[in-house]
Amino acid sequence: MRRVILWAPLAVFLIFAILLATGLLKPSDQAIRSKLVGKPVPEFVLPAGVEGRPGLSSADMKGGEPRMLNIFASWCIPCMAEAPQLAELERRGIPIDAIAIRDRPEDIAAFLERWGDPFQRIGSDRNSSVQLALGSSGVPETFIIDGQGIIRHQHLGEIRPEHLPELVRAFEAAR
Amino acid sequence: MKKAFLPVLLLFAAAPALADSDLPPDPYSYTQLADPKQEASAAELMETLRCLVCQGQSIADSDAELAGDMRALVRRRIEAGESPESIRAWLVDRYGNWVTYEPPLAPVTWPLWAAPILFLAVGLWLARSRFRRRRR
Repeated sequence: MRRVILWAPLAVFLIFAILLATGLLKPSDQAIRSKLVGKPVPEFVLPAGVEGRPGLSSADMKGGEPRMLNIFASWCIPCMAEAPQLAELERRGIPIDAIAIRDRPEDIAAFLERWGDPFQRIGSDRNSSVQLALGSSGVPETFIIDGQGIIRHQHLGEIRPEHLPELVRAFEAAR
Repeated sequence: MKKAFLPVLLLFAAAPALADSDLPPDPYSYTQLADPKQEASAAELMETLRCLVCQGQSIADSDAELAGDMRALVRRRIEAGESPESIRAWLVDRYGNWVTYEPPLAPVTWPLWAAPILFLAVGLWLARSRFRRRRR
């Protein structure tokens, strides 16, 4: 018994040392997924993000057909990088709506002019309130919402070419 | 001297990556509520909510835009008469327990709550056997 107690402090020290080392070596960047996947889209109504295009409300997400919802901003650099992938998804017949975070109509218009415009509706969320209601923690993010308005999938970060099959699969699964 | 100076100068000329919008912050992200009692309960809540962008900070400490928008959300809801715990629950529903710095008592977190009591008990037991030996 005495022996065991003698070695116990060393053992405790080693446990702490290992914990510390793994904590230091492992990057601490954590992706935060929305807990609303599998639950209905929260109620919201957003004004139009650009002139001549309707704004977005949660009612638009219950049309019986699944839709994609892209959270973006004209000031967000990865959003530029995912533009060709969004264009490809639109080309495949997937309806895409967008929420522009903390943005101005003229900036959104310039962004769409330059990087392409795959969006059917664009809502303007000037104080991130709908973003927070959706459980989204950054731009860009993409949700897939089924015809009954249930969130089925969340994609964090920009859509790269290798993500396309996964998104198309998730969209088909939401039908 | 001149040669060493140029790279330093270039460093200052480097364009910072744009990660923020140019919209002004929400008025409530940097303005306190008019009612000091409400502001106090909002501040108390904000100190225990984690910023989603700068993940080691509370939203009260962070200058990230999203943290500002979260403070605005907290203040607006407190002003409307919502209780701090219901606002916390609303955020936990969306982001998980991760978003709160006050971990709830759950099967995953019970070691966190039990460990101090356990360590104290072990310490007392060790000290007790020590004192007993000395008395002999």
